[in-house]
Amino acid sequence: MSAAIEMDQVSKWFGDFQALKSVSLKVNKGEKVVICGPSGSGKSTAIRCVNRLEKHEEGSIKVDGIELDDNSVNLVRQEVGMVFQQFNLFPHLTVLDNLTLGPIKARGLSKAEAEEKAMAYLERVHIPEQADKLPKQLSGGQQQRVAIARSLCMEPKILLFDEPTSALDPEMISEVLDVIVALADTGMTMVVVTHEMGFARKVADTMVFMDQGEIVESAAPDTFFGQPRTERCQRFLKQILQH
Amino acid sequence: MKKMTTRLMLIVAACLLLTGCGQGWGWYVVDPTTKSGFINLKFLMSGFWYTILLSIVSLLIAIPIGLLVALPGFSNNVWLKGFNRVYVELVRALPVLVAILWIHYGLPTLFPSIDLPVFWSGVIALSLCETAFLAEIFRAGIQSIPKGQTEAAQSISLSYYDRMRYVILPQALRRILPAIGNQFVYMLKMSSLVSVIGMGELVRKANELAVTEYRALEIYSVLVLEYLVLILVVSAGVRWLEKRMDADESK
Repeated sequence: MSAAIEMDQVSKWFGDFQALKSVSLKVNKGEKVVICGPSGSGKSTAIRCVNRLEKHEEGSIKVDGIELDDNSVNLVRQEVGMVFQQFNLFPHLTVLDNLTLGPIKARGLSKAEAEEKAMAYLERVHIPEQADKLPKQLSGGQQQRVAIARSLCMEPKILLFDEPTSALDPEMISEVLDVIVALADTGMTMVVVTHEMGFARKVADTMVFMDQGEIVESAAPDTFFGQPRTERCQRFLKQILQH
Repeated sequence: MKKMTTRLMLIVAACLLLTGCGQGWGWYVVDPTTKSGFINLKFLMSGFWYTILLSIVSLLIAIPIGLLVALPGFSNNVWLKGFNRVYVELVRALPVLVAILWIHYGLPTLFPSIDLPVFWSGVIALSLCETAFLAEIFRAGIQSIPKGQTEAAQSISLSYYDRMRYVILPQALRRILPAIGNQFVYMLKMSSLVSVIGMGELVRKANELAVTEYRALEIYSVLVLEYLVLILVVSAGVRWLEKRMDADESK
């Protein structure tokens, strides 16, 4: 069985700055990987490389067995959903239209099929009553749940979360995390970049710590939180868990 | 209703300015209560049709071309990007009047078989010059849409065409609507230049009447009013369209 995601010695530069230094990461089907690390450590860049929102410059990335390059990018994006820190909902479209656009245009579903599916996923994120509203009429937490539903409508095999709760007011974080936890229980392959360590402990099969463009540590949550090996990781966890 | 009042007041004020002042005016030449004055006025107003038609047709042709010129500017391909820059820089440097003369009097030497009517020479010149400006407006509009919109559209695997058609352009269009309205006003005024090759629009009619009636002041004053009315109507139309498209995102 091939892995869901296989990053092998991936490097990436922004100008002179090396954002990723020979990053290797394997995510098995159904596995939940949580990536943490200080800001600027390359965690977002790493997952953005997986659906080629950033192009990696060295090494190879395989998604569901497909080698990721300029030719396969559309194929890969069909398999990979992404949830962004800033939600990135389409502000001129209603919630329902946000959800059905991809399925209709990229998957070729009929409007009725797409709407039925969209309503089902809106139920799943607990906001079916908001279907006809515009994104700006919703709270941040609701918007992020719509964004999650939007990715789910494409029926991806893998979901990437790029700091999904970092732009939210504190009281809205849990409603979004609850949805993600429920999703994790369905067996979806997920890679989550987050600072929410309580959540990480709950869902992660594997914890990954990144610093300065490298994967410094990678372990099961118990080991990761219990006995972090490296000094850098210990320091980071101490800082982040104090709050 | 309030806006209507403002507009009416503007027009009345302009009329008073033109009529009120002292000697030397001979409004009889366009006095609609006399027979000759009415005929003259009707003659002057008959230019409206071509002024409007020239501007609308030119704008409608220039909009899609402007967009097609703007889009390659976002490509990573050096040649496509280069095409956008070179087109904009070259065409923007071409004065409308020069374009009109060159197309109407110059081009037939190269293609003797093509006999362009003045209307179409005017449309080609106006729309050509307009494409460069519209391309820049489109570029600004597309650039103003946050990158996250493109990324979100990519992540649901929309094609380039679908991304533009359903995500980026609808948002960009709302933002550039005021600028396009502006260009339409500009176009209405520039269409006056087509009079030099004999197009019977507003200016041409005024010129013709002025040389037969020897009343340049009154006739050109009417011309000023004609453009004022036309442009006030257009700007009202653009505002209505903006409201309809809910373009003001700050609300």
